[in-house]
Amino acid sequence: MRKGTRLTMAVAGATAVGLLATSCGGGDDGYGGGDGGSTVRASWGDPQNPLEPANTNEVQGGKVMDMIFRGLKRYNPETAAAEDALAESIETEDQQNFTIKIKQGWTFSDGTEVMAKSFVDAWNYGANIENSQINSYFFQFIDGYADVHPEDEGAEPTADTMSGLEVVDDHTFTVRLTEPFSLWPDTLGYTAYSPLPQAFFDDHEAWLEKPVGNGPYMIDSYSRSQSMGLVKYDDYAGDDEARNDGVELRVYTDNNTAYTDLQAGNLDVIDDIPASQLKNVESDLGDRYINQPAGIIQTVSFPLYDDAWSGEDMVKVRQGLSMAINREEITAKIFADTRTPATDFTSPVLEESGGYEPDLCGDICEYDPEKAKEMIEDGGGLPGGTVTLTSNVDTGSHRQWMDAACNSINNALGDTGACTVNPVPTFADFRNQVTGDSMTGMFRSGWQMDYPLIQNFLQPLYYTDASSNDSGYSSPDFDDLVDRANSADDEDEAIDLFKQAQEVLRDDMPVIPLWYQNGTAGHSERVSDVKLNPFSVPVYTEVTVS
Amino acid sequence: MGRYVVRRLLQMIPVFIGATFLIFLMVFALGDPVTGLFGDRAPDAATAARLRAEFNLDKPVWQQYVLYMGNIFTGDFGTAFNGRPVTELLADALPISFRLMLVAIVFEIVVGIVLGVVTGLRRGRAADTSVLMATLVVIAIPTFVLGTTLQFFLGVQLGWINPAVSPAARFDELIVPGIILALVSLAYVTRLTRTSIVENARADYVRTAVAKGLPRRRVTVRHLLRNSLIPVVTYLGADIGTLMAGAIVTERIFNIQGVGYQLYEGILRQNSPTVVGFVTVLVLIFLIANLLVDLLYAVLDPRIRYA
Amino acid sequence: MPEPSRPDTPFEAQGAAVAEAVSSTPDPGKARSLSSDAWHDLRRNPIFVISALLILFLVVISIWPSLIATRDPLYCQLGRSLDGPAPGHWFGFDTQGCDVYTRTVYGARASIAVGVCATLGVALVGAVVGGLAGFFGGFWDALLSRTTDVFFAIPLVLGAIVFLSMIKLTGIWPVVLVIAALGWPQIARITRGAVITAKQNDYVQAARALGAGNSRLLLRHILPNAVAPVIVMATIMLGTFIALEATLSFLGVGLRPPTVSWGVDISAASDGMQFRNAPHILLYPAAALSLCVLAFIMMGDAVRDALDPKLR
Repeated sequence: MRKGTRLTMAVAGATAVGLLATSCGGGDDGYGGGDGGSTVRASWGDPQNPLEPANTNEVQGGKVMDMIFRGLKRYNPETAAAEDALAESIETEDQQNFTIKIKQGWTFSDGTEVMAKSFVDAWNYGANIENSQINSYFFQFIDGYADVHPEDEGAEPTADTMSGLEVVDDHTFTVRLTEPFSLWPDTLGYTAYSPLPQAFFDDHEAWLEKPVGNGPYMIDSYSRSQSMGLVKYDDYAGDDEARNDGVELRVYTDNNTAYTDLQAGNLDVIDDIPASQLKNVESDLGDRYINQPAGIIQTVSFPLYDDAWSGEDMVKVRQGLSMAINREEITAKIFADTRTPATDFTSPVLEESGGYEPDLCGDICEYDPEKAKEMIEDGGGLPGGTVTLTSNVDTGSHRQWMDAACNSINNALGDTGACTVNPVPTFADFRNQVTGDSMTGMFRSGWQMDYPLIQNFLQPLYYTDASSNDSGYSSPDFDDLVDRANSADDEDEAIDLFKQAQEVLRDDMPVIPLWYQNGTAGHSERVSDVKLNPFSVPVYTEVTVS
Repeated sequence: MGRYVVRRLLQMIPVFIGATFLIFLMVFALGDPVTGLFGDRAPDAATAARLRAEFNLDKPVWQQYVLYMGNIFTGDFGTAFNGRPVTELLADALPISFRLMLVAIVFEIVVGIVLGVVTGLRRGRAADTSVLMATLVVIAIPTFVLGTTLQFFLGVQLGWINPAVSPAARFDELIVPGIILALVSLAYVTRLTRTSIVENARADYVRTAVAKGLPRRRVTVRHLLRNSLIPVVTYLGADIGTLMAGAIVTERIFNIQGVGYQLYEGILRQNSPTVVGFVTVLVLIFLIANLLVDLLYAVLDPRIRYA
Repeated sequence: MPEPSRPDTPFEAQGAAVAEAVSSTPDPGKARSLSSDAWHDLRRNPIFVISALLILFLVVISIWPSLIATRDPLYCQLGRSLDGPAPGHWFGFDTQGCDVYTRTVYGARASIAVGVCATLGVALVGAVVGGLAGFFGGFWDALLSRTTDVFFAIPLVLGAIVFLSMIKLTGIWPVVLVIAALGWPQIARITRGAVITAKQNDYVQAARALGAGNSRLLLRHILPNAVAPVIVMATIMLGTFIALEATLSFLGVGLRPPTVSWGVDISAASDGMQFRNAPHILLYPAAALSLCVLAFIMMGDAVRDALDPKLR
């Protein structure tokens, strides 16, 4: 057994060497970019899809898009108002035909100029079914979309480009929509509408390795799933140029680790403070903790395609369930005030001028256990005497609020078995069940706005057969009001009609508004001027390093 | 011996085919992954169909498997949904998980066997009881709690380590994660060693050795320990693979993108190339580790012979 | 191999319990079976008696939790979330404002059922597969061991979700089945190793030479000598399975309300990092789990001692 003994010794020696190495520390840590100068070190998550403007539908990829691209419009980080970025002017007479002039002097970070063609090519790329872009539906309002993106499975496109797009000259192009859409220009701040440089089409693979855009930052280094080094783009033509030298995005697989790293001084900005740390965050970070409204609303939907839930009197049951949920207590105890009880179907970031209506819901969204029980009994009681609350549980901390909501309903009804949670293992599985219309009870739904317009909070979710109408809600009154709003002559009239549509929702209650979600962030003492935009993404350009 | 090893290596072929097919079927049974890619929005049927075609998800499962296996032999393990080739994920994750596993297994071997011998020889005494209590703590308190607490203490309070392991994942950064990862296995190794020691302490050959007047240390290491190691070595051999695949909690705490993390993500996003690719490599690791263990049996107990 | 006088070697087992067990060595003249010998020893072993009483206690409250807890474990008032001990609520409240004491008592049933049944299932499958592979060797070893290798590599999360989507049931039995179906490879490896070692012993060779059949060899001569590491593995696994149940439940594959369990409460306490602000919500279910594991480890130790022929 000599060999064994020697092996043990060697192992012990190796451990000792390892321990020594720790105490020395330092050295090459494998992160791209330097921490020298005024570079901001920020937390990041691995984007779920390849980084392309029309293929990015989640916040982590969106962060990068927001840094390296500017579209025709940009949403003001404070007021959420859509302001001209590259757009010189967007003109229309009939809310259907638009003439877009773009500003001169903008360049991509590879030196090429941003021209009308850059937009038209990018939009045609994004819409074309052959490119399988997840956000292609954003172009569905443009005439000719059906030719490049046929609706039927397996159908081949009959055109390469959309007939509704036409380049007039280097800095002008026209857009023809399939029908009037008065708020359409205000949607153009969304990532999918970004322009793309010629390099994107010439060598797509190379472009994906290191995307090139026209935003305030350009990508210096990108190691997939680990980190991305962005540096200030010196020739940026916009007025929101970066006030720091660059940003280093570091991928964290778990936000708790990012938070601990911030506390240890290894990170400057973390967005989305993990739910588990919310109780400590104020004492940990003090005024370096940010908690502000974002354009996200959480709701609970009913399967209106199920006869058990769609009966005439069931609206009372649905409203009763809404009144049985103690939003105040749940947002305070479970979410540490990073959610605000919801009182309408939109979001406070729209502000009242944009259609947000703090008094819309009234009593129906207030906790009132006695009235709730009465209304549920009045409406014929819960179908089968019980109700389930379904959600995926692999992401987000859904389990806790689901338990709390069910307990609240149970306490109101005086029956600890009335409401039970039904966790679904994976998000994909959950979405399959939702889109397959196979829900039998309440299920989680939520909406993170694409652009800060009341239209975005209503039409995709409640219009008949709309893409995110998970409850299967269909109301001729609601549809009619939305149609009229879209063809309205001016914005105020449109918003007014959308507000009326919201009242229809309140009376029908296809979903229960739960709470508005805030954006949360924290930062180190090394940086200041950290804030979040209405999409709960940090405004990196404004961060200053001391 | 040589023929035995060759035979064992040949057995890997059917195991490889069987395992990949089994895992392929299992991921297939999870259902359609494409809807999940569209977030909180119903996918438009045409784009979804394109994506299914791109990942061969529109074909019957056996055909998907044949296509997949065909590609594997050309070195193409497919791509994850974020566009990264699975081979690239493997090349990133495997070395990191291997280093983490090495740290953990060395810790288990050194500390586990020492504690096992000490508690085995001092049964019922204070040392034995303390180790038992520590074992209970390790079993009852989740790794997550122990890990984050140690991370907070060493990383934030004392500033001795960086809470997050860097992408390079050097050995010195992996010591604390490795120890956390090893804790539950350590409980097994300690108690297995202890029991073996207790059993063998009364065996004839040990008594003979003592009667011969051999020094205590020599009896413990050469006679007693050697013969007590078979269950421990068996456990450790199987643990190599488990430590590499099952480190998801530890990896999350310390921000390590290892095999456990990639596998978990692959399963949750129902991406069969990722899952099948990683599990295939894991099967090979289990096969090789267990082969080595079987060969070690003959070293530890010369009566065991392989034809 | 009777041994009336014990030489004072450093390798001798020291505990009082063992001393007693040894001093009660029966008269060598009286022939008794291994099992009746073992039982004789066990009854006089205080460690066994204590652990048996502890397990009895746990079983009783599993069956009649209302004996010592009068509240409803599902009645929760969010307003009292994470509150400390109060009159009538001596263990305080958890995140959802449920009474921690009541939930800890009610959690015993599902946790012990899952822990014990899953462990028995795993031990049974593992011991059979490993025992046969080790005993017969050759083709059977190749077949069984390679199957074991494949099962080793199946990720639990994947196996559990697939299993659930096939049987579409939740509750204690599906959890037990999932764990038994995926957890046996460790035990199989350990058993195989132990059987291969035990097979080499002189008395086994002797028994074989005397014409003992395979089943007699395996059951009477080899298994009793291979059982020690299996007991050790099983007693620790029991604890990890109780915790594992929470992982499955979290994924939606395990237990659901109204079933209460220690695992779910422990994982809820650690999931939200609530343990930093209110350690009591982690402490009590974890202590209950420790107590349960301790009882089984002690009993396993005592049983192993009783079965070891070298100790008498």
